Amino acid sequence: MNTWYASTVVALSAGIIGVFVVLRGDSFLAHAIPHGSFAGAAVAVTIGLSPVTGMGIAALLSALAMHFLGKKGRRDVVIALLLVFLLAGGAFMLSLSGDYSNEVYALLFGQVLAVTDSDLLTMSILAIVAVTLVLCMIRPLLASSIMPEQASVQGVNNNLVALLFTIVIACVTTASVPIVGAMLLFSLLVAPPAAACALARNPIHAITLSSIFALCCMWLSVALSVLTDLPIGFFVATSSACVYAVAKVIAHIWKH
Amino acid sequence: MMPQSMSLKNQDEGSVSTKATATSHERSVAFNGRSLLDVHGIHVEIGGTEILKGIDLSVAPGEFLGLIGSNGAGKTTLLRTILGDIEPSSGTVSIMGRKRAKAGMVGYVPQKIQLDPDLPIRAKDLVALGLDGQRFGIGIRSSHFWDQVEHAMRAVGAWEFADRPVGRLSGGQQQRVLIAAALVANPKLMLLDEPLANLDPANADDIVSLLNSIRTREGISIILSAHDINPLIDSLDKVVYLASGNAVVGKTDEVITTEVLSKLYCHPIEVLHAGGRVMVMAGDNAHAHAHDADPFGAKKAED
Repeated sequence: MNTWYASTVVALSAGIIGVFVVLRGDSFLAHAIPHGSFAGAAVAVTIGLSPVTGMGIAALLSALAMHFLGKKGRRDVVIALLLVFLLAGGAFMLSLSGDYSNEVYALLFGQVLAVTDSDLLTMSILAIVAVTLVLCMIRPLLASSIMPEQASVQGVNNNLVALLFTIVIACVTTASVPIVGAMLLFSLLVAPPAAACALARNPIHAITLSSIFALCCMWLSVALSVLTDLPIGFFVATSSACVYAVAKVIAHIWKH
Repeated sequence: MMPQSMSLKNQDEGSVSTKATATSHERSVAFNGRSLLDVHGIHVEIGGTEILKGIDLSVAPGEFLGLIGSNGAGKTTLLRTILGDIEPSSGTVSIMGRKRAKAGMVGYVPQKIQLDPDLPIRAKDLVALGLDGQRFGIGIRSSHFWDQVEHAMRAVGAWEFADRPVGRLSGGQQQRVLIAAALVANPKLMLLDEPLANLDPANADDIVSLLNSIRTREGISIILSAHDINPLIDSLDKVVYLASGNAVVGKTDEVITTEVLSKLYCHPIEVLHAGGRVMVMAGDNAHAHAHDADPFGAKKAED
């Protein structure tokens, strides 16, 4: 039961927030924060804290670092360097603490079948915070993503919007990574929303469609994972890539 | 967002509405001393290079001002300084007595907007963001709100494609949508950076006559930058001719002359008139560029 509930929360939050990840062209950030936060989990395991706590702190810190350092130099380069540094640091910490590496391995690839009640509460709160934050700033977020210069003339603080959105990604990361794993959160944040954007005509449709796609991928993957006893990661990645491919084909047919 | 509709725009300024039927020339005279925008002696330095070397200009309500110069002359820098994005190293900008315009006072159409064809945004959604894009919270858009959007889109002839995804419109259609997004909040001043750069001549003429009718009807002042003055020549009240950070400001026929431009460029320039068009070219070696504000044919992106 926890598994279905958890996967629904993950799919809905990733589906909604992913639309803005795609609109802003922030896919790389959505890739880097989940993977970077894995280092935090590794540190936490080494010093005897819960991996999820470590991951949450690392997600927030790496999000803030990417935001503030990204303004100083080329953003993509800064994100790439931070990502490599965090992954390498995480691997190093893991090699120091061989005993607990199973727990951290789960954070990379997900363990949707072993969600505890307290995990469920934490992730639901984080997901609700993230989605509420995004819905409250939906208009400045859209304006600053599509037409930043005009938005700034209108009084939108593009920098503040970018910072808030980075924090949103950190929240979703912490909520979702223990369930689907860092690898898979990335595909869930990008593929269903991109498929929805190819088909939808307005932002509300895109958000609705993206949530539906993400839910379908997630439920299908959980079911297949339970039936075949194989890791969920493979199914999430494959199904979301398929959704994107099918959506692009349909969009192409519509145009002609 | 301003609550009143566009047609009521100038009623709070008595003399504005009484002079609304005057010609543009009379209007600019009538508002002398009550200018909307005053730029006084601004110098701008970026990365140690002086981009603007002391620019003075003023814009009266309803005036149409052309900012002419080649690429790299400082047109975008001047517009962004007026917007308050760039801090001048000396000099002042004041918009209706303020250092930085209030939200909704100025509409801006930047140069070269790239819109993804997959963007799930209809043309009217983009214009709507021009009206409430700065608002936080989950607001319900009233029918009055959508009336304002429709009004702005009709004013620029964009209403017939209001429901189409904005990324799949043609360049000319997107330009109209962006102008509507700048217009919808009832600005006093509109700044357009090279809006004609990627348009064919027919579309460019359409956009210019559209802007001309907007400023006549709504009394909005317009500053438009371009590298070719010809599509604008009959509409402009004033020209600001920029060359390497210096500017001459005046009426078109006073500025686009052999003497004035030779002095501005510090190089012999010849201005020829042919069939209502002007050609500006380097005087001594006849290196002519008929449509080009830069008589030396400096390397340009379009070439």
